[in-house]
Amino acid sequence: MKQVEAIIRKSKFEDVKNALHQIEVNFFSYWDVTGVGNEKQGHVYRGISYSTSDIQRRYLSIVISDEFLERTVETILESAYTGNVGDGKIFVSEILEAYRIRTKENGHSGIN
Amino acid sequence: MDAGLFTANNVWMMVCTALVFFMHTGFSLLEIGLTREKNTINILFKNVFIICVGLLLYYIGGFNLMYPGDFNGFLGFGGFGLPIGADGLTPEYADGGYTYWTDFLFQGMFAATAATIVSGAVAERVKLGAFMIFVIFYLGLVYPIVGSWQWGGGFLSTLGGDEGGFYDFAGSTLVHSVGGWGALIAIYLLGPRIGKFGEDGKPKAIPGHNIPLAAAGVLILWLGWFGFNGGSVLSADPALTSLVLVTTSLAAAAGGISAFITSTVLYKNFDITMFLNGILGGLVGITAGADLMSPLEAISIGLIAGVIIVLGVAFIDKIKLDDPVGAVTVHLICGIWGTLAVGIFGDKAGIDQLMYQLIGIGAAAVFCCLMAFIIIFALKKTMGIRVSKLEEIEGLDLHEHGMDAYHDFRMNQH
Repeated sequence: MKQVEAIIRKSKFEDVKNALHQIEVNFFSYWDVTGVGNEKQGHVYRGISYSTSDIQRRYLSIVISDEFLERTVETILESAYTGNVGDGKIFVSEILEAYRIRTKENGHSGIN
Repeated sequence: MDAGLFTANNVWMMVCTALVFFMHTGFSLLEIGLTREKNTINILFKNVFIICVGLLLYYIGGFNLMYPGDFNGFLGFGGFGLPIGADGLTPEYADGGYTYWTDFLFQGMFAATAATIVSGAVAERVKLGAFMIFVIFYLGLVYPIVGSWQWGGGFLSTLGGDEGGFYDFAGSTLVHSVGGWGALIAIYLLGPRIGKFGEDGKPKAIPGHNIPLAAAGVLILWLGWFGFNGGSVLSADPALTSLVLVTTSLAAAAGGISAFITSTVLYKNFDITMFLNGILGGLVGITAGADLMSPLEAISIGLIAGVIIVLGVAFIDKIKLDDPVGAVTVHLICGIWGTLAVGIFGDKAGIDQLMYQLIGIGAAAVFCCLMAFIIIFALKKTMGIRVSKLEEIEGLDLHEHGMDAYHDFRMNQH
């Protein structure tokens, strides 16, 4: 089992979600995150210019069985892409165990 | 006088009283909107305190300090409470314009607005107790004494002998500048908020947390101004009240447009907070001569007020004063402009009138600055006027009040 974590543009969220549904990755969690980075957002407030490095992105956490890994990553790479700085990142990690609370199943049957 | 006309006049004055009362909602929302979330309860507390204590103080002595009857022109006192005379509820009291009770409440609503102006300027760092004591002295003594010089029949109103004197229709100087001078002295003695000026001395932006509330506040203030200026006719005179509502609205509109254009040309962005301040600048500007101006003159006053707003906000930043809501620019600088405008535009324009206006502005400036300095300096040396650094960083709501304004709805803490 693997966990794919992806930080993507909020504007690409619908595209990524639909693309993941196409390859039958139907279940995942997401939340909105704020980060800091090189990208600066220019603002003016009452005549004073300032910039913030606060960057708003969406964070996806997807737990899948090993055979789904390659197409999941490829799908996100394609669907979250704009080519501009700030498209985001993908991290893959190993998941040791997974349980479904309702049925107390574990393993692969616990994640689908 | 016809009883029907007396009733109509009095009803209009009571409607205006209610509209001026509603301005306190506008002031509160504007101040909350242009400051940070962590100080919201504190701001509400100050504003609610001002309206309550302002009215009580006006009952105790303010009304009779401002309208002492026959007096020496500088300081008089007509006694405590509301000693209503035999003619207080008859048309003889005020040429059939209103009753004694209406008079008290309308003027009482005005009084509180002067302290609300200070509240915005000192927001996010003033110690609540010290602010309350300042309000009690400033509203209880300073505001009614300055008011008595003109509206109470004092020396400013008779500068030119029988030909009149200083003119301030609804209070560009007597209300707005009185508040504005207090605000200026207060922010000078209080110092800027932590983070307002960088180590290089350059001003930093501290964006307000709720711009929709600020916008609602300004539009409510515009509505309230129909009562503020419309009621200052002191009767329901059809010609004057309708003219005053027209000049008031045109000046507000012109002030907004001119501030937004000036700010967009200078800073290359469409800043809604400047637009909103411009509307207020136009309203304060027209207040001294709302019954004297033609529509075109009202628009001219508003257009100039709008430019003053944008340049004034930058100027206050430049001299290292921190005024989170632009109160000094809106109420003091535009108040001075509106008072001078009576000598430049409209029915009373002329050199003599301009001199009377300058004397009125100067008299208010000297007395208000002196009194504000004495009160605030004394508070600074005794109980202190500023919250601790920790309290300021973590928010006055947490430390002074132990409450959140938006409980369970907190995403960012700046």
